[in-house]
Amino acid sequence: MTESGTTQPTVQEIIAALKDKPGALLPILHGIQDTLGYIPADCVPDIAAELSLSRAEVHGVISFYHYFRDTPPGKQTIHLCRAESCQAMGGRQLEEHVKAKLGIDFHETTADGKFSLEPVYCLGNCACSPAMQIGKAIYGRVSADSFDATITTEASA
Amino acid sequence: MSITVYVPCDSSAVSLGADLVATAIAQIAAKRGLDIKLVRNGSRGMFWLEPLIEVATSKGRVAYGPIQPDDVPGLFDADFTQGGAHALCLGLTEELAYFKKQQRLTFARIGKTDPISLPDYVENSGYRGLKNALSMTQADIVKAVTDSGLRGRGGAAFPTGIKWNTVLNTASPQKYIICNADEGDSGTFSDRMVMEGDPFVLIEGMTIAGLAVDATQGYIYLRIEYPHAYEVLNAAIATAYQAGYLGDNIQGSGLTFNLEVRLGAGAYVCGEETSLMESLEGKRGLVRFKPPLPAISGLFGQPTVVNNVISLASVPVILDKGGDYYRDFGMGRSRGTLPVQLAGNIKRPGLVELGFGLTLRELLYDFGGGAASGRPIRAVQVGGPLGAYLPESQFDTPLDYEAFAAIWAVVGHGGIVVFDDTVNMAEMARYSMEFCKIESCGKCTPCRIGSTRGVEVMDDIINGRNLDKNIPLLRDLCDTLLNGSLCALGGMTPYPVLSALNHFPEDFGINA
Repeated sequence: MTESGTTQPTVQEIIAALKDKPGALLPILHGIQDTLGYIPADCVPDIAAELSLSRAEVHGVISFYHYFRDTPPGKQTIHLCRAESCQAMGGRQLEEHVKAKLGIDFHETTADGKFSLEPVYCLGNCACSPAMQIGKAIYGRVSADSFDATITTEASA
Repeated sequence: MSITVYVPCDSSAVSLGADLVATAIAQIAAKRGLDIKLVRNGSRGMFWLEPLIEVATSKGRVAYGPIQPDDVPGLFDADFTQGGAHALCLGLTEELAYFKKQQRLTFARIGKTDPISLPDYVENSGYRGLKNALSMTQADIVKAVTDSGLRGRGGAAFPTGIKWNTVLNTASPQKYIICNADEGDSGTFSDRMVMEGDPFVLIEGMTIAGLAVDATQGYIYLRIEYPHAYEVLNAAIATAYQAGYLGDNIQGSGLTFNLEVRLGAGAYVCGEETSLMESLEGKRGLVRFKPPLPAISGLFGQPTVVNNVISLASVPVILDKGGDYYRDFGMGRSRGTLPVQLAGNIKRPGLVELGFGLTLRELLYDFGGGAASGRPIRAVQVGGPLGAYLPESQFDTPLDYEAFAAIWAVVGHGGIVVFDDTVNMAEMARYSMEFCKIESCGKCTPCRIGSTRGVEVMDDIINGRNLDKNIPLLRDLCDTLLNGSLCALGGMTPYPVLSALNHFPEDFGINA
């Protein structure tokens, strides 16, 4: 398979630290994505070998879960809620605004690499809809104006 | 003596600026040389007032809200640390009608205490249930839960005691307790509030479950969308280990219960218990056939209790005060309390814990105050994305599992999403099909293919194409999903779709 990249020692450490847990695959994938921002394809053979799985099985798990990604994200990932409660408070219009403002659709990254946009189906902030998450920070009662102000701050951060 | 000021750490409060308010209070207090103790409590669940800060006075805790950082200097000028008058002063927190009218059993401590303080927890009736359980036989613990009438609060409403009894009576060297914390339903946040606001109650409930059925290992399967809950749970678990409430010798009893939080990865279907177990085993979250029941062959093939956060967090009060105490709340076969979550387009969104039996109308208007937009409420969706849409004519239905089933609706996890009269119900029906398409695990054909066809049919209907053919086709498709799907995702997507069609036909281009 692919030669070991520069990230491999980190990945090896993550796998070694977690592989003996029961049901270790998700913790390992989280560990890699937490560290690298995504799960590079060249990690798959190593994970498969260490867990005695086929590469297809590992790939299948990565592709099953919406949260895992196999391409690098932008500097910040915006998770915008599309679920019912947010729709009831203008989420659909906000979604259009966000896409137009960033010039991208869901699952895309801005050309300057600053923001990736992902849909999310509920952040549990339904009492303060519409909601979004940037990194680990959750925002409530998001309006077009507050969105613009937030990304201006985040972009300069 | 220092003055205690409370600023919630709940992620909804934080999403409205609570962290900035806390920082401002600390800075100004330091500048003015005031000795204050800043406690980050959970939320009281009155989210239109968040960030809601409180100050401890001789008369009780006085609330101020909603507070923004800019308000903080003025609060100090008004001597708020002595409960001073201010335009944003709300009076005594526990006298606020929204709060006072509630029956808080599961949420008894939330908003009052520091979530990760074990002394706070113990001083406020914490670990009394476990103490009782340690002196009881396993059969008696299970009996107390059965007697309480507690039914699964995740949505399926299966009697918790019966599930525990099956696991207790299935011999195995290894059994598991799983807490299903994959709270993916839109309009719900009660699990999150428990995990962020009172994590020890969940840990205690799981520990009691473990003792009751001989399970020595527990997992909390937490959704990735709840990063704050993850931190709080891990902090509380570490404290519980240090204090001997988890581990190999729980409170000197010689009994073992270990607990670990595992993160999901953004798959709604993993809230289905068999899919969740596949995920915990490190696989794709494909739904399993039942039988075998998880109680007999669950995680790693072993007997497993899978319960929702609220179910498990209700166990400590049941073991503390007895099954009868809990059972005396509620109506009919829906016993105890339900933490209802008011969300969406509503003036006073929040958490309302009450015995079953209150009507939707009371919740929407007496508690909720009507739509936030000031327009009429047209529809409410109860029970998450797989719950039916209810029109105004059904608002007198009491919150009760059987009463909802009788009108082809579900209570589910107790989330209520409110829509005003600007909603287009055909668009909402299309969204339900789209959501099913996005989240389907793909194992069964009705759900995997039916949801895709459902989006297409809804697009035709929304565009007014061939309604005479497409409306019956939509009904036929829903019949297939309802009766042919392996789990509730495909099996219940027809609830929102058909209820929208039946109650709001005009939105589908049909003259009512």
